[in-house]
Amino acid sequence: MEIGLTHYLTVASILFIVGIFGIFLNRKNVIIILMSIELMLLAVNINFVAFSTHLGDLGGQVFTMFVLTVAAAEAAIGLAILVCFHRNRGTIAVEDVAMMKG
Amino acid sequence: MENDAVIAFNEGSLNLLAAAPEAVLAIGSLALLMIGVFRQNVAGAQLVHWLTVGLLCFAGIVAYVGGVDTQYAFNGVFVSDGVSRFAKLFIFFGTAVTLILSRAYLLRANLMIFEFPVLVALAALGMSMMVSSADLIALYMGLELQSLSLYVLASFRRDSVRSTEAGLKYFVLGALSSGLLLFGMSFVYGAAVSTEFTRIAEVMALGERNVGMVIGLAFILAGLAFKISAAPFHMWTPDVYEGAPTPVTAFFATAPKMAAAVLMVRVLYDGFGPEAIPDWQQIVAFLAAASMLVGSIAAIGQTDIKRLMAYSSIGHMGFALVGMAAGTEAGARSVLVYLAIYMIMNLGVFAYILTMRRNGMAMTKIGDLAGLWQRDGFSALCLTILMFSLAGIPPLAGFWAKFYTFGAAVEAGLIWLLVIATVAAVISAFYYLRLIKIMVFDEAADEFDSPMGGEFRIVLGVSAAVMLFFVVGGLGITGMAENAAMIYAR
Repeated sequence: MEIGLTHYLTVASILFIVGIFGIFLNRKNVIIILMSIELMLLAVNINFVAFSTHLGDLGGQVFTMFVLTVAAAEAAIGLAILVCFHRNRGTIAVEDVAMMKG
Repeated sequence: MENDAVIAFNEGSLNLLAAAPEAVLAIGSLALLMIGVFRQNVAGAQLVHWLTVGLLCFAGIVAYVGGVDTQYAFNGVFVSDGVSRFAKLFIFFGTAVTLILSRAYLLRANLMIFEFPVLVALAALGMSMMVSSADLIALYMGLELQSLSLYVLASFRRDSVRSTEAGLKYFVLGALSSGLLLFGMSFVYGAAVSTEFTRIAEVMALGERNVGMVIGLAFILAGLAFKISAAPFHMWTPDVYEGAPTPVTAFFATAPKMAAAVLMVRVLYDGFGPEAIPDWQQIVAFLAAASMLVGSIAAIGQTDIKRLMAYSSIGHMGFALVGMAAGTEAGARSVLVYLAIYMIMNLGVFAYILTMRRNGMAMTKIGDLAGLWQRDGFSALCLTILMFSLAGIPPLAGFWAKFYTFGAAVEAGLIWLLVIATVAAVISAFYYLRLIKIMVFDEAADEFDSPMGGEFRIVLGVSAAVMLFFVVGGLGITGMAENAAMIYAR
């Protein structure tokens, strides 16, 4: 069996869904949320690279580079905010991020 | 418009001049960063603060003299036209005003450090890149520059649990929405073999609907709905508005709203083109209806004025989406007018909220406004005008804003949406009028600290005056928006 575009897209979609579920179902730790976000962005990258090679267009790979860069910046800022939060609250459990109720 | 695009493409031009406001802001904020680093004290931070206000005004002037004709830069990924010029003027102006308003708060809270104005300037740069994007990559980079700056600003009071929690919540949901947006973009790229808006619109115009394109459109809309805090993607708004430092909340409620809504117009009108209106109209109409209802019903039980303004902003974005759902030139014009008026109203309201202090403590409960009419007639009068305007009572500006969006929706035949909009407007009038009732008829609460700074009085007064005198030819705003929206004439 040849591995085609559909296989890549399926893997990416599964990873993406795992990422979304990781954000919403996880009750333990905010770090896991950061990992889930990373997972989502990487799933998107798989999509872009798969389309790019399949269509013979370089644009998708260029986009992947941008996404990788932004993902790094995003993780840095997320961790910085998390460190500040931990200093104030003394915990990073998801249940404890609830001073304000919506 | 097509001809201009063709010429720009054929010349393969960099055309840096079209991106002059962005260049000014980018170089300027880097220079300010340097000044801040070498003068690390309160006086240096104040200098950077005022220089940033000046920089934003200068960028606004550069954007204004740039003219309304459509120009492409960077091989067509960046566009400067009437819509982007209109949005940039208001974004830079609103950002500068929020900076002026935040000065007193920052000094009191010991937060007068140079990072604040620099981050605000970078956020403004991101916003102006968003409204000028003509390519998915440019859109994403602008959006992230804005979002990353705003995450930091939300948690700017880093010794406060509420502020850092607001930042954390905003970050997680913002990153999730960026993920959804990107996932959608990857499918659109797969279907259109390009990230350029003109190319995507061409593919849409072919008539056949690739399933990837439809999935992509839905995901992109979900991601953008997060950014403009449209229901059902609004959960972050009340918490972030309540927890963030008040000047930052004032900023969130003004310029980024304008930028995100104009970005949505760009993606839907330019990116997917006129042929795609039936594909997205139902989704946008649903977002509009849900936001209006959530914004008006959930706000009734709120006692914190910052939370109340959060729900109010959700509702108002719903009304702006009513105009956007039309998909016509009138629709684009009504969105621009609505956002401009909404921004001026919010600046006035937040100018007052920033001065609500008793014995040095910031007061944010609506009960603290009780009997304001007897304590401070001028502020009470201005706030009453602003509340009437937020509720959309003629002849104030808020009424005309709704008038244009509703008009655009009628032309597009979205009658069911109008019925919901009218019901939501009536419900939301309840809580705005309740605020007026508290100010005018309730027994007077204790005095707020006086005197109120001059800048707050001026912003509050001017904003109320704009609401009152908008009837006089729309104060030029309507005309400007009409010129801007001409690019969508067909």
